Amino acid sequence: MSSTLLSVRNVSKHFGGFTAVNRVTLEIAQGERFGLIGPNGSGKTTLINCISGALQNEDGTIVFQGKEINRLAAYQRTRLGIARSFQIPRPFHTMSVLENLLVPSAYVAHLRDSEGEARAMEILAGMGLADKARAAASQLSQVELRKLELARAMAARPKLLISDEAMAGLSGSEVDEVLKILFSLNGQGITIIMIEHIMHAVMRFSQRVVCLDAGKIICEGTPASIVQNPDVQRAYLGA
Amino acid sequence: MKFWIGAGVVVAAAIGLALSPVNEYFFYASYVVLTAVVLATAWNILGGYAGYVNFGPPAFFGVGAYAAVVIFRWLALPLGAQIAVAALMGGLLGFGVGLLTLRLRGIFFAIATVAVIFIMETLMINWRYVGGATGLQLLRPEVMAPFASYTRMLFVVMAVMAVAAVSIARYVQDSWIGRGLRAVRDNEEAAEASGVPTLKLKLFACTISGGLMGAAGAPMPMYLSFIEPASTFNLSYTIAALGSAIIGGMSHWAGPIIGALLLGSLQQIVTVTISSEVNVLIVGVLLVLFVVAAPEGILGLFRRFRGRK
Amino acid sequence: MIFSFDLLFEAVLFGVLLGCFYAAVSIGLSVSFGLLDVPHVAHPAIMILGSYCTYIVSGWGLDPILSGVVLMPAFFVLGVLIYRFYYETFERRGTEAAVRGLAFFFGLAFIIEVGLILAFGVDQRTVQAPYIGSSLALGDYRIPYRMLVAFGVALVLTAALTVYLSKTFTGRAIKAVAQDEPALRLMGANPVRIKQWAFGIATGVSALAGAMLIIVGPVEPAMDRVYIGRTFCVVVLAGLGSMTGTLAAGLILGIAESIVLMMLGASWAPAVAFGLLLIVLGIRPQGLFGR
Repeated sequence: MSSTLLSVRNVSKHFGGFTAVNRVTLEIAQGERFGLIGPNGSGKTTLINCISGALQNEDGTIVFQGKEINRLAAYQRTRLGIARSFQIPRPFHTMSVLENLLVPSAYVAHLRDSEGEARAMEILAGMGLADKARAAASQLSQVELRKLELARAMAARPKLLISDEAMAGLSGSEVDEVLKILFSLNGQGITIIMIEHIMHAVMRFSQRVVCLDAGKIICEGTPASIVQNPDVQRAYLGA
Repeated sequence: MKFWIGAGVVVAAAIGLALSPVNEYFFYASYVVLTAVVLATAWNILGGYAGYVNFGPPAFFGVGAYAAVVIFRWLALPLGAQIAVAALMGGLLGFGVGLLTLRLRGIFFAIATVAVIFIMETLMINWRYVGGATGLQLLRPEVMAPFASYTRMLFVVMAVMAVAAVSIARYVQDSWIGRGLRAVRDNEEAAEASGVPTLKLKLFACTISGGLMGAAGAPMPMYLSFIEPASTFNLSYTIAALGSAIIGGMSHWAGPIIGALLLGSLQQIVTVTISSEVNVLIVGVLLVLFVVAAPEGILGLFRRFRGRK
Repeated sequence: MIFSFDLLFEAVLFGVLLGCFYAAVSIGLSVSFGLLDVPHVAHPAIMILGSYCTYIVSGWGLDPILSGVVLMPAFFVLGVLIYRFYYETFERRGTEAAVRGLAFFFGLAFIIEVGLILAFGVDQRTVQAPYIGSSLALGDYRIPYRMLVAFGVALVLTAALTVYLSKTFTGRAIKAVAQDEPALRLMGANPVRIKQWAFGIATGVSALAGAMLIIVGPVEPAMDRVYIGRTFCVVVLAGLGSMTGTLAAGLILGIAESIVLMMLGASWAPAVAFGLLLIVLGIRPQGLFGR
C-alpha cells in the first residue's frame, strides 16, 4: 500500500460561537483520488482552507509528508507541494494567462522566466489553453477560467492538488473536459482531493469518498457505498 | 540601456541648468516638483504595484526632514549623511507601520498611516530640541562650488534623487518582486496560494517606499532654512503623492513622473494666479474624476488611444 | 504635574461626557464602515459639513439641535446618492476597487474641506444657544451645559439606532446584509437598496453629529483630520458591526483623552485617539465585540 501523504487529525475550526469543522480526521494516501462531498455549509471549503493554510485551525494537527504544517503560512505550504484551485476562480486579472502561471513558476518552482514560460506552455497545452496564452485573464470564459485555476495550481509543481468545485455550473461536455484533465494529472502521480457537487463526476473519479455534514464526517468509503448510505441521503435531501 | 542614457541626460541637464544663468525662481519651483516626483514614485511602489494605499507621505517625509535636522544639529554631518539617515528612519517607520497593519485589510493600513502623521507631528511639537511648535531656524553651510547658490545645489541633489527613485521603482516593477506585488494586488489570496510570500513582499515595498520618502524630506530643512511641524506634516503631501500617481498612472514607473510634472505645473500656475486653496480643490476634483472615469491614469488613456489607431 | 483625586475625578467625569459624544459622532461610521464595509474616510468631513450647515440654519434663528434634526433628511438623501454612486462605480466591479474606493473617499473629503475653506474661510465658527456658555454646578465641579446637551442627544441617538437595528424589520435586514448577503438575496430582499438606505441613515445621523460638534466647541474646516482618528478609533476598538461596542469604545477614548488632557496638556490630546487606534490594530484588530 502506498504511504500516507496527508494526515488530518482531529482538526477543528471555529468562527466565534460557530463550529465549521468539528474534529475531522482523515488520511490521504500518495497517488490517491479522493472525493469530498457534503451539502452547502457542511464545512468542505473551510476544511480545505485549513489544509491549504488560508485559515488556521484551532485544534488538531495537519501532517504533510511526515511534517507538521499547522504553523506554516499558506505560501509555505504551497512551496511544500500543496496546491489548490478556488471555487470562484481568482485569476490575476491584469496579467495574461501565461503570466498567471509565471507567478507560481517563479515563487514555487523558482524558475527564471525563460524556463518558466516553456513549462507553462506545456501545462497550458495539456489543458487546451495554449492558444489563449497571451490573452488577458480577464477575457476568459467560465470553463477557461476553471482550467486556468488548475493550470496555475499545476505550475506550482504540487504533490497534492485540491480541486474546489472546479466543475460547478459547467455543461456536461465541459465537465468531461475537466474530469479528463484531472485524471491525466493523477496519472502523472499527483494526489488529488476533489470537492464536488456533481455526483456522477465524484463517483467516476474517486477511489474513496468522505461525506461531511455540519462540520463532521458522517460517512467514509467507496463511491458505491457512500451513495447508498442513508445518512448521506438524509444530509443532502433533508430529514 | 535606453533608460540609463535617459537618466544620464536628465542628470547632466540638471547640472547644466544649475550652472547656467537661469532665474533663481526656476530652481525654487523645480525643487518642489522634483520632490513631488520622488514622493509619487515612492508612493506608487506600494500603492500602485501592491495596491495598498498610504495616506501618510507627510509622516515619512517629515521623519526624514526632522532626522536630517537632528543629524545636522547634533553631529554637524553633511547633506549626504543626512539623506542616508533620513532614508533609514523612513524605512524603519515604513517597516514598523507595515509590520503592525499589513496583515490586515488595506483600509486598516491606510488609517494607520493617517495615525502615524498625527503621532509624529505631536511628538515633534513637543520636542524642544527640534524647535517644538514654533520651529527652528537653520543656518545653511557654505555653498559647494561650482554652484552659485545653495538652492541650485539642492536642485541637482533632488534631480539625482528623482532619477535614483525612478530607477529603484523600475527595478522593482520589472523584477520577480514586481510580479509578486502585482499578484498581491490582483488577488492576494490567490497570490498566497501560488507561493507568493505576500506579507514579506508588502513589508519590502512599504520599507522601500518609506525610505525613499524619508530621503526626499532630508534636504527640505536646508531648502527652507527653517523647519516646523505644521507645514512639514501637511496633508498636501498626501494629495501630491497619491494624486500624481493615480492621475499619471499607477501600473508603470512613468505614471507618477507624468502626474507630478502635471500637478506641479498646475500648482505653479493656479497658486500664483488664483489661490492655493483653489489649486488643492482642482487637484481633488481631478483625483476623483480620474479614480472614477480613468483609473488607469494618463498612461492608460494614452495606451487606449494608441490601441484604437 | 500635581496629582489629585479631585482632578482625576473631574477628568473622568468630563471624559464620560466626551466619550458619549465621541460615540455619537462615530455611530454613523459604525454603520457605513462597520456594517457596510465602505472605506468611508470622508465620514468626518461630511460631519463637519453638517456643522457648517447647522451654523447657517441656526443663523436663521433656529436652535442648533433642531437645525441638526432639520438637516437630517437632506443628509439622508446625500448619503443615498453617495452610496449609489460608490456602488455603481466601485463595488460592482469588485476587482481593484480597494485602491479606487479609498482614493475616492479621500478625494471627496479633501474637496469638502477645501470647499468649506473657500466658502467660510479658515476661521473658527460657533453657534449660540441658551445652554452654551453656562455651566451646571455639582458640588465642587462645574459641568458645561453644552456638554450635558451633547451627552443627552448622544445617548438618545445611540439608543435609537441600536433599537432600530435590532427591533425593526429594515434594521435587522441591515445587520443581515452585513453578515450574509447571498442568504439575504435568496430571501428576495435587495441588498443594494438596503445598504443604500443604511448609508443614508448613517449620513443623516452625521448631520445631527455635526450639530453636536459645533455646540460642544468651535469648528473649522480642517477638523475632519483629527476626527478621522477619533471616529475610526472608536469603530475599530468597538469591533466592526457592534453598536453597543461603539458606546463602550467611545467612553474608553473619552476618558483616556480627558486624562491625557489633564496630565499632559492640549498639545498631546489629539494624538490619543490615533495612538489608541494603532494599539488596537496591533494587539486586537477585531476590537472588543467584533464580528
